Amino acid sequence: MFRLTRNIYPTVSKALFNRATPTESGILILVQGSKNFSSLADNEKFSLKHEEVGRPLYFDAQATTPMDPRVLDAMLPYLVNYHGNPHSRTHTYGWESEAAVEKAREQVANLIGADPKEIIFTSGATESNNISVKGVARFYAPRKKHIVTTQIEHKCVLDSCRALEGEGFKVTYLPVGPNGIINLEELDKAMTPETSLVSIMAVNNEIGVKQPISDIGAMCKSKKVFFHTDAAQAVGKIDLDVNKMNIDLMSISGHKVYGPKGVGALFIRRRPRVRVEPIQSGGGQERGMRSGTVPTPLAVGLGAACELAQREMAYDHAWVTKLSQRFLDQIYSRLTHVIRNGDEIETYPGCVNVSFAYVEGESLLMALKDVALSSGSACTSASLEPSYVLRAIGTDEDLAHSSIRFGIGRFTTIEEVDYTAEKTIRHVERLREMSPLWEMVQEGVDIKTIQWSQH
Amino acid sequence: MATRTQILKLYKEMLRESQKFSNYNYRCYAFRRIQDAFKDSKGLTDQKIIRKEMEYAIENLAVIRRQIVIGSIYSSEKLVIENQR
Repeated sequence: MFRLTRNIYPTVSKALFNRATPTESGILILVQGSKNFSSLADNEKFSLKHEEVGRPLYFDAQATTPMDPRVLDAMLPYLVNYHGNPHSRTHTYGWESEAAVEKAREQVANLIGADPKEIIFTSGATESNNISVKGVARFYAPRKKHIVTTQIEHKCVLDSCRALEGEGFKVTYLPVGPNGIINLEELDKAMTPETSLVSIMAVNNEIGVKQPISDIGAMCKSKKVFFHTDAAQAVGKIDLDVNKMNIDLMSISGHKVYGPKGVGALFIRRRPRVRVEPIQSGGGQERGMRSGTVPTPLAVGLGAACELAQREMAYDHAWVTKLSQRFLDQIYSRLTHVIRNGDEIETYPGCVNVSFAYVEGESLLMALKDVALSSGSACTSASLEPSYVLRAIGTDEDLAHSSIRFGIGRFTTIEEVDYTAEKTIRHVERLREMSPLWEMVQEGVDIKTIQWSQH
Repeated sequence: MATRTQILKLYKEMLRESQKFSNYNYRCYAFRRIQDAFKDSKGLTDQKIIRKEMEYAIENLAVIRRQIVIGSIYSSEKLVIENQR
């Protein structure tokens, strides 16, 4: 019976495949045909032809990363046979799942230099951030009612702070410099005896800027304020050590380190002990801080991803640096009026956020149909508003509208980078060619001095 | 003890297998990673470390073989860059 199905399956899929091929070639012919119609030189310059067929290239590594096949391989046994509840203490199914979860906990802890007991599994960095910000603030509320954060945090930190403001907490939103980095003196001034928590992200998701985490950690330690860092974009990409950097709480996301979606982790220091008020009530799993059954396959995946990230960090970093340099070199050598947002040096190289002046970002995104890109964070990609991160670093309104984020990761290839750079250059040139503003700039008119008549 | 021919055989086998990934990015990554890993380990002389690396490579070869099967079951449309050539 088994053999029968095995024989049938390939034939069926082969038949499907055969049927699919003629239509595909049909599209190809059609496209080639339409190419001949618009042979006018003028049309050529402005036309938005998409002669390429196929799936777009992935250049959005900050939104999410593809899962590493090695991670999936580690997870699969727990999705197939080992289905036990890791909290079941009375049978083998529970024990094997528990062992797997504990191994994963150790793998996560190793990556950031923590003790496995200090790691709790959550549903993702958003939940970790919520537990950290709201949990610490509420627990220490009777004595301390002040929180310090920055203007360029991720939405979930900012919204948690907003919620706390509604509960009567005071929140300081630190501004950042034009390079996206906070001023340590301002942080020093912002901290009061009332302050219970400082929450500053390690690597920004939109502009890739690295904050001086070690310095902030030391400052918080000396003032006896808890330090939380949202390291979703940093874990596995840059070196992080919770003890050396004096980090008290750290949020980790699974799907930004080539792991599965729907899982994350939170590091909570045990000595000196950081206490949080849990957000979710329930069975008291994860030391009572995050009730709910730990999803064994996802936790295993996160663990495997963290172990891989530790092993591959130097290799990946060198690769990503090489690619982003190659990309920027091509862009800078052939286009003028290109501004890279964020700091030149203190940046994670895999996040390249550039503004192409006199080009509307959305039009460029539309033109670059065969490259999966974003103008900022995925959470806000539905709105046309310029990102608050770019506004916080003082980017002009027009430049904020023309920014694009190129995310390079472990699986990006040189060919993809060259293709994307080539396409970007072509379309920026094309769009600028159409723009009256660009024409004026070429004639030497300073756009800023123009008095626009109001209607 | 791992001999030179054994290592070379494993290397070639891994490279050959990695080419069977249906996903373009996985295929390119696996090829590049295997090449670089063997190149980096070229200077190793400690038999203990060599054996450990060999074991890791054999483990990974098994992972690649399994993942090729899964990848081919759920394969998707080719990327634009693959159709170009």
